[in-house]
Order: sequence, then C-alpha cells, then structure tokens
Amino acid sequence: MPRRIVVPFGPQHPVLPEPIHLDLVLKDEHVEEALPSIGYIHRGLETLVTKREYPEYVYIAERTCGICSFIHGMTYCQAVEKLVDCTVPERALFLRTIWSEYSRLHSHLLWLGLFADALGFENLFMASWRLRESVLDVLEETTGGRVIQGSCKVGGVRKDISGETLERMRKGLDIIERDAGEIADVFLRDDSIVSRTRGIGVLSREDAYALGAVGPTARASGVGIDLRKTGYAAYDKLSFSPVVETAGDCHARCAVRVKELFTSIDLIRQAIAKIPDGPIEEKPKKNPEGDYFARSEQPRGELVHYVKGDGSRHLVRSRIRTPTLTNLPSLVRMLKGCNLADVPVIVLSIDPCIGCAER
Amino acid sequence: MSYLSRSPWLLHYDASSCNGCDIEVLACLSPLYDVERFGIINTGNPKHADVLVITGGINEQNRQVVRNIYDQMPDPKVVVAVGICACTGGVFRECYNVVGGIDCIIPVDVYVPGCAARPESIIDGIVRALDILEAKKERMGKPGGTGPAGSPAGGAQ
Repeated sequence: MPRRIVVPFGPQHPVLPEPIHLDLVLKDEHVEEALPSIGYIHRGLETLVTKREYPEYVYIAERTCGICSFIHGMTYCQAVEKLVDCTVPERALFLRTIWSEYSRLHSHLLWLGLFADALGFENLFMASWRLRESVLDVLEETTGGRVIQGSCKVGGVRKDISGETLERMRKGLDIIERDAGEIADVFLRDDSIVSRTRGIGVLSREDAYALGAVGPTARASGVGIDLRKTGYAAYDKLSFSPVVETAGDCHARCAVRVKELFTSIDLIRQAIAKIPDGPIEEKPKKNPEGDYFARSEQPRGELVHYVKGDGSRHLVRSRIRTPTLTNLPSLVRMLKGCNLADVPVIVLSIDPCIGCAER
Repeated sequence: MSYLSRSPWLLHYDASSCNGCDIEVLACLSPLYDVERFGIINTGNPKHADVLVITGGINEQNRQVVRNIYDQMPDPKVVVAVGICACTGGVFRECYNVVGGIDCIIPVDVYVPGCAARPESIIDGIVRALDILEAKKERMGKPGGTGPAGSPAGGAQ
C-alpha cells in the first residue's frame, strides 16, 4: 500500500520564472491533489489608485504585468473613459488594436519558448525567442519601450505611427508569419512534443465552463469565449474567428496559442489596411464620476478593470480581475491524477502570469 | 570579457516584480544577446549559483524566501538587483505590502536601474558583479579576509 506524501513545488523552481507554491499530495508518482498557495509577489497596487491622479495611474495599471502591459493600460483607460465622457478617436482605437495584437504575439511567443524549455526542447526555446525579438523591435520602434510601452492614455494614445512605418510593419509581418510558420509546424507535429503533451492534463468542456476557465485554456476545451468579439477598440471593424480546439489537453492549449499567432498577424494586417486618418486623442471633459468596468481579451484570457470615481482627480477604488487567477481552479483540476513528471508542463500550459494574478 | 576565467552561474528570483524585468533577464539568454556563449548559465539551484539576480521588491511573504535562497548559495557570492523595484521599491514603494528594495533584507552588490531594465544594462550589471565576485574570492583565503557573511556592501547580515 503506497504511502501518501506531500511534495512542495516552488516558490523558487527551475521551470517557473515566477514564484507560485503548490503542495502536491502524491501516492507513488501520481498526484492525488494539488493545493496552490500564492502571495509571494502581492504588492497591493490597486490601493495606489487613491494616491495617484487618474491619468497617472495608467502607468501603474501597465505595471500590473510586464508581459501584457499594454492591454492592462488600455483596459484601465477604457473604463475611465466611460467616467469622464470621452470619445476616443477612430485612429487611436486602431493604434490600440495594433499594439494589443503585437503584445499578444510577443506574449504567445514568450510562452511557446518557455513551454519548449519545460519540455527540454532548448533549440525551440531559442527559435521562439529569436522570433519574439523581431516583434519587440516593432514595439520599441513605435512606442519607445520593449516590454512596458506606456503609449496609452485616457482619451487616446500618446504616439502616432506614420504611414511609412505602418508600411514597413506590414512588410515585416510577412517575415514574422514565415518564421512563425516554421516553429508552428514543430509545435503541432513534432513527435516528442506530441508524446509529452497529448492526453496530458485534460480539462473537459463541462469542467472548463463550470470552473470559469478563460482565454486559451477555455478555448482549448471547446468553450469559444473570446472577448475581442465584444468589439472593444477597433475589433468590431475587423473580421476574425476565435481559435477553438476540443481535446482539452496540453497539446490543444499549445495549438490554440500557435494558431492565434496567425490570427493576430491577420488582425494587424487588417488594421493597417483600414486605419483612418485623424486625431489620436481627445481631452477628458471632467473628472471621473460613477463606476464602470471594462473587459478585454488578454493573451491569457478575460481581463476586467473596475474603477469608481467621486468627481475628484483621484479614483476611490480600482479592482482588477486577471485571467491567471481565474484559471487556477482549472489548473488544480488538471493536476489531479497526473504524474509528478508532467506537473511542470501542466502548470505552464495555462500560461501562468503570477505578476498579474497577485498584483 | 577576455578576463573571465570561470563560468559564473546565475540564479534568477522574482521577488515581487511585474514580470517586465524577468522577461528581460530571460531575453539575455535568447539568441540576440546569448550570454550562454560566455558560459553564463541560468540555473535553478541556489547551491550551484554564484550570482543572485533579483527582480522586484521585498514584500511580507517573500522576505524569508529571499533570505533562504541567499543563505543557501555558497561563498563567494554576489547579488544583482535588477530594475528600479529591486533597487528601491520603485513605483510600488507606497503599496501597503511592499517593504522596500532588496537591500533591506540582503546585501546588494550591483544596482541595475530601469523600468523595465533593458537586457544591455542587465548584462552590464552582471559583468560588473563578476569583478566584485573575483575580488571577494581573492579576499576569502587571506587572514582577516571575510568569511561567509563578508560583503563590502556592509549589509543586513
């Protein structure tokens, strides 16, 4: 009769770039139960909303997470814009869409690299991160920052992109698409990747729905939720369909992210083709009053920013709901019954971003 | 870097960073910067590491974790604080759960500012840290030289 033992996983663990702690209850090599505990990087940045004026808080909102920083800043702006009666000009909405999609490309490529590394596929890690650098070059050229962009503001955006640069970006996308095609082929078809991921960490459609999974984790289990379909920023003027897989295992979650690279590239192409001329910002007419919550699709899933103002320059409350925290119950379900050796791959398969989750 | 006679191994720990500096630390390993060609390896084991690269500030829960990791590393060792949060607490210093920079818990040898710190400046900081590591190693064998706790930065130990 095998004994039950508890193995601690984290907070400092080679496979995790960020600290999260899991107590794994094992019977032999099988995980009977996984108990997560978090709080290692909790800062409490939501309270800063009372210490910074509302236009300044965009910078703090961006620093919720360094990987999807632009989308955090944009979602905060979307919420505040409703409170200050401000209509964002069309061109700014398109620019936000373009930067959001470049952020998604960089986030997914980063994840694909880390995932390959967790599988022991060092070469593929390098290939993914080399491609990611060409995405970061575009972000740096157009916003000035590689990972923290700071180009979004309440009422619009801070910087415009010239037609010449847009044309160069459009041409660059062809190269990104070609290189992404090469690594996509390896991720989807390589024998060693398929054998390490297929049938591992299965999350059924019912579980995904009941446990409130979001983003690629939900879409890989056949739940077709994509907040971009709600048409914020300029997504209502672009056509795309969410990538949905049905297997619900680690391979399906990987496949969703690989295929979303091409959706993002296509969306940027459409946005560059349709971007109108005009102003890029509108000044807010009053201080924020009332409350509102804005939702958007982050690379990891649904992001919600709630803000509440009382008519002064400072908001009284901000609340952020991030996708990783929402996906943790699904992760606990996936880990149940897996082998100890598969734990790193399954943990990575939800694309955990602890920086967001703990704020 | 022709003076590098050994291959320094790094341990990277995210104290309470937003991830921005962490992915830039990892970017140093990617083909564009590729510090592995100098024998610099990002290890996961504190007992293997010479250089502790920390991003983000100290908060109530990770205080003991950072202390434990530092204590487990063999001497001589150096600490590089990457990003403004690790240096001083940065934009988060007014947050209720943030105690301050890394140097309120363990001695820091090199401070790399920036939000997020760029890979170039991270590499520069680590190269400077290697000089300090070499100097610490020389001092170790000598009478009156510093033992395990010895750090020119003074420090909290």
